[in-house]
Amino acid sequence: MRHKKVRSYAVLLAASTLILAGCSSSSEDSAGGAYAGPVKDTPGTINVLAWPGYAEDGTTDPNVDWVTPFEKATGCTVNVKTYGTSDEAVQLMQAGGYDVVSASGDASLRLIYGGDLQPVNLDLIPNYADIFDNLKDRPWNTVDGKNYGVPHGRGANVLQYTLGKVKEPTSWSVVWEPNSPAKGKITAYDSAIYIADAAVYLMSTKPELGIKDPYALDQTQFDAAMALLKQQKPLIAEYWSDYTKYIGAVQSGSITVGTSWQVIANVLNGEKATVGATKPKEGATGWSDTWMISSKTKSIDCAYKWLNHIITPNVNAQAAEYFGEAPANSKACALTANKDHCKLYHAEETDYWSDVYYWKTPTEACLDGRTDVKCLPYAEWVKAWSSFRNS
Amino acid sequence: MRLSLSARITLWTVMGFGLSFIYVPLILVVINSFNTNTSFAWPPTGFTTSWWSKAAVNEGVRDAITRSAVVALFATLIALVLGSLAAAAISRYKFFGQEVISLLFVLPIALPGIVTGIALNNVFTNFLGELTIFTIIIGHATFCIVVVFNNVSARYRRLGANLEEASMDLGANRFTTYRLITFPLLRSALLAGGLLAFALSFDEIIVTTFTAGAGQTTLPIWIFQNLFRPNQAPIVNVVAAALILVSIIPIYLSQRLTQEKVS
Amino acid sequence: MSNKVKKYMQQRPTARAAFLLSLPLLWLLLIYIGSLLALFITSIWKIDTFTSKIIRQFTLQNFIDIFSDRAYFNVTVRTLFVAICVTIICAVIAIPMAFFIARVAKPKSRPVLIALLITPLWASYLVKIYAWRTMFYPEKGFITWLISPLGGQSPGFGIFAVIVGLTYLWLPYMILPIYAGMEKLPTSLLDASADLGAKSGKTFFNIILPITWPAIIAGSIFTFSLSMGDYITVQILGGTFQMLGNVVYQNFSLNLPFAAAVALIPVIIMLVYLSGIRKSGALDNL
Repeated sequence: MRHKKVRSYAVLLAASTLILAGCSSSSEDSAGGAYAGPVKDTPGTINVLAWPGYAEDGTTDPNVDWVTPFEKATGCTVNVKTYGTSDEAVQLMQAGGYDVVSASGDASLRLIYGGDLQPVNLDLIPNYADIFDNLKDRPWNTVDGKNYGVPHGRGANVLQYTLGKVKEPTSWSVVWEPNSPAKGKITAYDSAIYIADAAVYLMSTKPELGIKDPYALDQTQFDAAMALLKQQKPLIAEYWSDYTKYIGAVQSGSITVGTSWQVIANVLNGEKATVGATKPKEGATGWSDTWMISSKTKSIDCAYKWLNHIITPNVNAQAAEYFGEAPANSKACALTANKDHCKLYHAEETDYWSDVYYWKTPTEACLDGRTDVKCLPYAEWVKAWSSFRNS
Repeated sequence: MRLSLSARITLWTVMGFGLSFIYVPLILVVINSFNTNTSFAWPPTGFTTSWWSKAAVNEGVRDAITRSAVVALFATLIALVLGSLAAAAISRYKFFGQEVISLLFVLPIALPGIVTGIALNNVFTNFLGELTIFTIIIGHATFCIVVVFNNVSARYRRLGANLEEASMDLGANRFTTYRLITFPLLRSALLAGGLLAFALSFDEIIVTTFTAGAGQTTLPIWIFQNLFRPNQAPIVNVVAAALILVSIIPIYLSQRLTQEKVS
Repeated sequence: MSNKVKKYMQQRPTARAAFLLSLPLLWLLLIYIGSLLALFITSIWKIDTFTSKIIRQFTLQNFIDIFSDRAYFNVTVRTLFVAICVTIICAVIAIPMAFFIARVAKPKSRPVLIALLITPLWASYLVKIYAWRTMFYPEKGFITWLISPLGGQSPGFGIFAVIVGLTYLWLPYMILPIYAGMEKLPTSLLDASADLGAKSGKTFFNIILPITWPAIIAGSIFTFSLSMGDYITVQILGGTFQMLGNVVYQNFSLNLPFAAAVALIPVIIMLVYLSGIRKSGALDNL
């Protein structure tokens, strides 16, 4: 009897000691220097973490594939995993196992400061030279003069509406106002970053709040945004983060209007025109995405090859067209199947983007430069969002 | 046994309702695997067998099924060994802390799967560095042990210790007793427990989501990835329908075995 | 094994028990309990507000956040409500079905009926719930099609759909233990009750229910625990409705300490429930 008791306690003690001792595994990985190169022909496998539509390998649509040609040309094997929100991307990159990620501005800095990414030696990526100048060396992909990746493309979060069910909207009011004709069939993005969309709407409807940057919100402005979200909740059918689930819901008619990505509208319109998509007059949140390399990758050569491949004018054109965004490579505009693609997506303009607020991570130091107030950092956004979604 | 008419009617009605409730969605799954419309509106718009032929050649499905089978097999084996050891100890001996340990062996299925999942994920990513197929197996084995433990313990309780004691009185040592007397009596419980453990592991999604590495796609994960995709959802239905049909036979057989042995 | 060890083992039953138990216990303690402890320790730590990495400094802020925010109280109550509803509905359907199979059906058809009940366990959880999702579509779903002649429409996604979905998933887990319990019902008792003039209802409540009660409680462990922690069915059938599992899932990515603190809620509830039913003998009926 005593042996049993002593033995079980000893095991428990040993186990806890082991665990607590082992807990000292450091989570700091220094960014270190970039890969000096040259890029060799070593075969390898890379796990690519991508937004849906960015790294198509034929599984969504057999005719849409720019991964298999890469695999054949380089001998590198590619496994693609798609994710639905930047938060998912940050968590998966931190957990490890992914070599390359297409990160939006609200994920990139968190990953850089967290030591999960390595600087990128742009000399090893010939196609970088053709990237639009106004996408190079931006604050979300360049820190202390070090570049952390290559731009993929940019776009706005559009207002999507089902043709025949909702009249073409010119304002976001159709998703925010209680008397919306589509109430009960509205959708919203299921991430704390959506609070910025509420702020964008308030910039037009409540200018007295003084919101200049939807990611720089002090307590008063933030509370107003949360109040708007609470007002919207009874109108919502479902919040979405899985784009395929969104597609099914639109097809079945349970969702008729809401914030969306162009790729979702494109897939829905694949066989016949089902939905329309627009950037309403208040402007919209958006994103500018960068391909970045994990600090823990074991296939550095394949990673660099992928980065070069994905911004090749031809591939960038395919990806930008399939998704429905402005490409990053200036030479891609000549290669899109639809010759008006770049015009449609304003790739070569600046005016269009003046009221597109790219996703970025809110910090305590206000991103609009104000020093007299404290803004809420993203962790507070997440807390408030979690509370809001569960209230 | 005598039952009043109203009792009989109630029982037959509930039985009928229950079986329909259970099978209507499954029948819908089978019908949708032949549906031309990919959004599964009801009623179905057309009939086609193309999904079945597409599923047959789909490499992703086959990889996923194989991986799930391998994981389930190893998890079940580990569970069979550890579960029957634990059942033997708890059922045939009395010792201090027995009740606590019995409770311990219920926890993996009594506590919510998501808690197990994030706990294992936390430990695996901090200690082992990455998630692999072994981490999946470890996660599955942990709750499979419980299933086997329950089945074998129940059998031990039903058997009573008399036969084993008689065997040892007649001069056999413990190993021989186990080999010739106990094990044959336990066999069908081990089989039932093993089958149930295999089934649970094969279809497990919650713990697996947290313990599977980047490329480790088990069948439930494959289904999760393809469930909502317009071009793949019908294939998912095909796979589900095929699984149901394939599983009927071993289930029926194991039921017959368990019934006969016990009486 | 050397003779000395053999002799030691022969003379001490506890040593034999310990030997048998060592491997499985080690597995459970090290891997399962160990990882649970490691998880719950993080609940007293916090995260860097920018990078979301864990900082190992003691803080009770996570618990303060949970207790001070009414939303988390609400979601706990809602989750308990759903778990209780699902358990009761499953029991109400399962008891007559189990009795039918154990006592009314012919002995030959019993394996067939049990096989019919177990088969759905092999159909993927996700596929079953997705089938329910298509059934609940407001306009083109099966339910709308079924009740539209009566002028009704599908209630759509929400708490009702979640309860139906979870009941559907866990029903076999409730039926099987109760069936095992019903099998053990001595026919003599039932006959005696009828001989003494009790109608079926009275026999049921006074004889059958008390005897099979441990088995019912055993089944309830499954339905209760599986409902408390579920997040997938809620995501697919719940619309904007959320339960505790969703809170944990959403925060696990970037705020593990908070998720761990929230995860303590269903764990404590289940531990309380388990210790409460210990005396009922339910644990022998699993």
